[in-house]
Amino acid sequence: MARKSFRGGVHPADRKELTRDAAPEIYLPKNQMIYPLNQHIGKPSVPVVTRGDRVLAGQLIAETSAFVSANIVSACSGTVKAVDRHRTIGGLFVDSVIIENDGLYEQAEGIGEKADYHAMTSEEILRKIMDAGIIGMGGAGFPTHVKLSPKNPGDIRFVIANGAECEPYITCDDHLMRSCAAEIVAGIDILLNLFENAEGVIVIENNKPEAIAAMKKAAAAYTRIRVLEAPVKYPQGGERSCISLVAGIDYKISQLPADVGCIVDNVGTIYAIYKAVCESTPLMERRVTITGDAVARPCNLITRIGVSCGELLEYAGGWKDGKQAVKMLAGGPMMGIAFDSLDVPIQKNNNALTFLTRDEVAESEKSATNCIRCGRCGSVCPVGLVPQLMAAAVEKKDFERFEKKLYGMECISCGCCTFICPAKRPLTQEFKAAKAEVMAIRRAEKEKEAARS
Amino acid sequence: MSAILTATVVIGIVGVIVGIALVYIGNKFHVEVDQREVEVREALPGNNCGACGYAGCDAMAAAIAAGEASAAACPIGGAPVAERINAIMGTSAEADRQTAFVHCNGSCEHTSTKNNYVGVRDCRAVALSGMYPWDCDYGCLGFGSCAEVCPQGAIHVTNGVAAVDREACVGCGLCVKACPKGLIELVPYEQKTFVRCVNKDRGKDVKLVCTVGCIGCRLCARDCEAEAITVDKNLAKINYELCTNCGKCAEKCPQTAITSG
Repeated sequence: MARKSFRGGVHPADRKELTRDAAPEIYLPKNQMIYPLNQHIGKPSVPVVTRGDRVLAGQLIAETSAFVSANIVSACSGTVKAVDRHRTIGGLFVDSVIIENDGLYEQAEGIGEKADYHAMTSEEILRKIMDAGIIGMGGAGFPTHVKLSPKNPGDIRFVIANGAECEPYITCDDHLMRSCAAEIVAGIDILLNLFENAEGVIVIENNKPEAIAAMKKAAAAYTRIRVLEAPVKYPQGGERSCISLVAGIDYKISQLPADVGCIVDNVGTIYAIYKAVCESTPLMERRVTITGDAVARPCNLITRIGVSCGELLEYAGGWKDGKQAVKMLAGGPMMGIAFDSLDVPIQKNNNALTFLTRDEVAESEKSATNCIRCGRCGSVCPVGLVPQLMAAAVEKKDFERFEKKLYGMECISCGCCTFICPAKRPLTQEFKAAKAEVMAIRRAEKEKEAARS
Repeated sequence: MSAILTATVVIGIVGVIVGIALVYIGNKFHVEVDQREVEVREALPGNNCGACGYAGCDAMAAAIAAGEASAAACPIGGAPVAERINAIMGTSAEADRQTAFVHCNGSCEHTSTKNNYVGVRDCRAVALSGMYPWDCDYGCLGFGSCAEVCPQGAIHVTNGVAAVDREACVGCGLCVKACPKGLIELVPYEQKTFVRCVNKDRGKDVKLVCTVGCIGCRLCARDCEAEAITVDKNLAKINYELCTNCGKCAEKCPQTAITSG
């Protein structure tokens, strides 16, 4: 049964007014392009080009190395400068293909060829999606062809196009839905061809009336696709929140959405699927919102993957009044990752760059106090966890209690608990670190087990 | 009368047969027990805390007797226990004593901060966030996760860099596992000369971020008489088996990245 909403959640100021009316602009990068080999979840890709090679836009530069992995294509034409370590948004140095952009954007052969998906088999469609290097573009970066290959395709009841965009500041999906509604709906129809028993549902928060109108108009021609207006509440765009809303199902972290009969894809991913299947265009382009009060001209850009963040900031007019941002985030303020250097590339899963003049996290740390056990964190947790107990366990390094008794691994790192905490405790970060710790413990145990047998 | 005699004889014969059988079985199923293992077990504290990484004191005693673990491997017992075990095992305390060493010297004066890191004050959480507080991406984060796990209280973070008190360290290796940057290594107690840097970047880049980082200039390797130093990926590495602790490399190092004594 569909529900009115998911449990918990918070209402942060959405600050979308900065870019809500900024029509997307196309920006073709001029400087070198960088492609980290581990933009996705899973094994890093293997480069198929070497230094000095000439590549064209749309040409494969790194190929998938395992089942859970993804191809990477060049989004510009030019010469491979190096395959070397380069800084990424995560702060780490990662093996990357660095391409000197010649600015010509010569395309590889066959790109843009129209194709009719009705005439294709499921395998052909999946093959095209895999070749295009599509991964989840909403943030997590899970390879899409893997997500679309569940054990029993017949059991899938819902294909959910996630256009909730609940994260504050970001409007790129909103603009995508307004301008490319027909393509997105066709993309959903492609997925419905893969899952014959499924219904297509487009979830949009009801603070995006233009997007809802555009999607409704485009979906009218399809009997199996409908638009579902969701109440405005963070994290509506979370995979679990969407499934809770559409299908009324809660599920464990050990399960995938496909295990409960749902496939959730960001609208950006679905648009990329349409482009890959119907227009033979691999994933080269993505929409990025450049926003925040430190930017001179907040805007929405249609740009190429691999462009450096510094170049996009320059295009957006640089710093407002010459004052450098105090906090730089890839993504929005709730789940975004703070980064410290502008010499990092935009990856497939970066939907926004947020530059802020105030570091509210740093300010709140100064006024942090001990937990007062008010329980607000528990009341807003969309998963139904008790963050205050989890934090106590983490501080005592009792990871067994964190994992087994308090179900800490179910945490989706949405940040609601940290947002609501009146004592301003860094709860989400503690849980992220603790989850990494539990994973390390599990790995060590697995190795021990393997050594024994 | 004869009944009593018969019973005595029968029981006597049965006793002899059972006795022979017991001796035979005893020999057949004899388990060789290392006497040293028993003694080592007695020398250990017997808390079964598992801090050594073994399943308990029994497992650890077996490992020591088998030569798999060092005599100083019990972090709780410390030096006195190690001494007793060395006496039992006939090993010298000094010969294989190991201490932890932090391969970074980038204190506040030598490198500067690029990020105002806020949040959980734990090295692992910092490493996960990618927001390294220091300019150098390789060096000690200074939040003291190593000091926290040290059962001897032998590690202190001063001026942003962790340092090990060699005398107090028992070489249990818990800090080695705790450091997310892989900066800590167990080294022979006798070793005095160390490269206090792990930065693998080119010299030019290292100089930008730290005044005491190894720039891979190879001066140390060239002048080392024992040929104990190799430079790989812009980073000097000392082979402790060959090193004579003459200290020449420390004198030569233009960055004072190598220290001796």
